[in-house]
Amino acid sequence: MPDRVPRVLLTDEGPMLVPGPVDIVLPDGRCVRSDRPVTALCTCRRSRRQPFCDTSHRRKARTGGEETDRARR
Amino acid sequence: MLGGSTVRPFEAAPLPQPRGPLSAAVISALRRGPEVLPPVDGADPYGDDLQLALYCLYEMHYRGFAGVPDDREWDPALVTIRVAAERLFLDALRAEVAPSDDVDAELEALLVEPVDGTGPSWYLAKEGERWQLREYVAHRSLYHLKEADPQAWVIARLDGPAKAALVTVEHDEYGAGDPDRMHARLFADMMRALDLDDGYGAYLDAAPAETLAEVNFMSLCGLRRALRGALVGQFATVELTSSPGSDRLVRAMRRLELPDAAIAFYAEHVEADAVHEQLVRRGVIAPLLATEPALAGDVVFGIRASGLLADRFGERLLRCWSTDRPSLLRPVPA
Repeated sequence: MPDRVPRVLLTDEGPMLVPGPVDIVLPDGRCVRSDRPVTALCTCRRSRRQPFCDTSHRRKARTGGEETDRARR
Repeated sequence: MLGGSTVRPFEAAPLPQPRGPLSAAVISALRRGPEVLPPVDGADPYGDDLQLALYCLYEMHYRGFAGVPDDREWDPALVTIRVAAERLFLDALRAEVAPSDDVDAELEALLVEPVDGTGPSWYLAKEGERWQLREYVAHRSLYHLKEADPQAWVIARLDGPAKAALVTVEHDEYGAGDPDRMHARLFADMMRALDLDDGYGAYLDAAPAETLAEVNFMSLCGLRRALRGALVGQFATVELTSSPGSDRLVRAMRRLELPDAAIAFYAEHVEADAVHEQLVRRGVIAPLLATEPALAGDVVFGIRASGLLADRFGERLLRCWSTDRPSLLRPVPA
């Protein structure tokens, strides 16, 4: 769709979703290419696979207390 | 993108060995044509006999078996016994899974990452041995060598944005146009790097009922339009939980100093499924429920039933491994 401006989605809890393929220029000048139809870029800075999301933004909980946690929400 | 990829001649897997009267009758009917098929009532819905019978009947809709005419896929007697067997399986799951319409709460729960998980990927990351990791991969081959195929059936049952988003995920699973990047291909590459047989169906005789039941549930929901909500729930469960689980398997393989060729499959899934999670929640489930709100209960059923079957699979592996026994019915040669 060459006449469409790419639309980037900022999720509230996690990554930025960018339609692909896309080249990402890193702060040190290196360029990383993603061929995926959609690329999830890390915004929480916790990913161990920068610049990509690895779901490290997720809330963590002990399974023992999980039910209580869920009930409180 | 076109050409270049290795093309292998198609070879259907051999029929497996039966595990009881039902699977014996089904396997014999597949081989020789239907005779009088036994009633399925009384079979254990989660047992080896029924699960293997179902697996064989479903496999006719995928790649079939060597020596079985393709047309037997739609043989009325075999379809009849399939429907009866899957009714038993489905009834057992419906009886065990608590009903709910609250899809948001269900997804929210899947997105909480436990810090003290106990499943096979946790075990493998922490202390699993090479033979246990190879067993895990052999179990998983029943699905991953046809990765994304059971979910592809739901495409025709969706419309609009939900369909477009599901196809985007499936396209990625199928390598986005590059056969060498198909996830099923990456899985086969990993199997070879672990000295496992990457032949389609090579571990069917070794796969216990718990392994077969997970794949059968996908086939059941994929083939039945009435269960399209459950299929989407099953799909969501995989896509939402796979990224952290794949990361644990990458850590397991690094700890065991396995080659990069073995690690590539799960490494790819850490990133790919971080994207797929977003696409499935925002792109598939939200618009599907906006157009068909009555499917909410089945989406939750799909999530809970696949969670239940995944737990049973995990429990079997850990139960066997904790006493140093193989979790496969036939040990994998070292």
